[in-house]
Amino acid sequence: MKVDPAMFWTVVPALAVGTFLIRFSFLGMLGNRPLPAALRRALRYTAVAILPGLVAPAVLWPAATGGQTDLPRLAAACVTLLVGIATRSVIGAILAGGVTLYTLLWM
Amino acid sequence: MSKSTTKAFLRGCLASSPFVIVVAPFALLFGVVATEAGLDVAKVMLFSVSVFAGASQFAALQLMQEDAPVLVVLATSLAVNLRMVMYSVAMAPHLGAAPLGMRALMAYFLVDQSFAASTVEFEKRPNQSLAEKVAFFFGSVTPIAPLWFGSTLAGALIGQAIPKDYALDFAVPITFLAICAPMLRSVPHVIAAVVSIVAALLLSAMPYGSGLLLAAGLAMAAGAAAEVVLERRAAR
Repeated sequence: MKVDPAMFWTVVPALAVGTFLIRFSFLGMLGNRPLPAALRRALRYTAVAILPGLVAPAVLWPAATGGQTDLPRLAAACVTLLVGIATRSVIGAILAGGVTLYTLLWM
Repeated sequence: MSKSTTKAFLRGCLASSPFVIVVAPFALLFGVVATEAGLDVAKVMLFSVSVFAGASQFAALQLMQEDAPVLVVLATSLAVNLRMVMYSVAMAPHLGAAPLGMRALMAYFLVDQSFAASTVEFEKRPNQSLAEKVAFFFGSVTPIAPLWFGSTLAGALIGQAIPKDYALDFAVPITFLAICAPMLRSVPHVIAAVVSIVAALLLSAMPYGSGLLLAAGLAMAAGAAAEVVLERRAAR
C-alpha cells in the first residue's frame, strides 16, 4: 500500500523533532543527572519489545497474500532469525532470509 | 585543530569504521523499500536526513503503509527510539560541558554507532580534554552519516528501477528480524521478544494498531521483571 502524502507530512516532521528531543534530552537539557534504576532497566528493552511484535503479524498473515499464511515467507522469517542468532550478523541474516524467500518463491 | 584533537578525531573514525558494513546495506534497503511505498526520492531523503534513525524509519514506514492512525505511528516509532535516552544520559558527563549549539549538533548525530564507539572510548580514556572527546565523537560519525545519506539515495534510485512484483513486501519483516536476532543476548531479552510476539498476535484485533503498543508495554515490563528476578537469584 502507498503512503498517504498527508500522513507523510504529519508523521515525518513530528518523528524527526521527537527523535531529536530524545537524543538531546540529557546531553542538552537535563545534564548530568542519574536515571532511576527502574527506568534504565525498562529502557534497555524498548527495541526488543517493539520490533518482534511489529513484524509477527506481517510474518504470519502477509498483506501480499491477502493475509493467508505463506510458506516461503514464514520459512524466510525463521531462517533470518536463526541465522541472526547463530552468527550475530545482521547482513548475513538478511541475505540468508532473502535467498530462502526467493528460492522458495521460485520453486 | 591541535594535534591531540586531530588524533582523537581519527581514532573516532577508526573506531566506528567496522559499522560501515552494517549501515550501508541497511540504508540502501530503506531507500528501496521507501520508494516502493510510493515516496519520491526527495521525500525519501528528507525522511532519512531529518529522522536519521533506521529502525524507527522502517517502523514508521510499515505502519504508514498499513494506514494506522497518526498517533499510533508516532507513538510506536518514537518508542523504538526511546533507547536513545540512555545514550543521551551516557554522553552527558563527557560532552555536557560543550556549548549549547555544539550539544545540539552532537544530539542530532547521537546514533547507535557513535554511542557505541564513544562509550568504549570514554571508559578507556576518561581523562581526555573536552575538545578531544568532542573530536572523537564527531570522528565516530564521520564514516557513518555520509554513508547513511548516500546509501539511502542510492537505494531510492535503485527502488525506482525495480519492478513491483518482486516480493519486496517482505524486505521490512526480514530486516527487522535480522536486527532483532543479535539483540537476544540475554534471557530477559528473549522473554521480552517472546511476550512481544505472542501479545501482538493475540491483540492484533484491537483497533488502530493499539494492540502493538500494549504488547510493547507488556514486553518491556516482562523483560525488566525477568532481569530483577535473575539478579535476585544470582545474588542469593
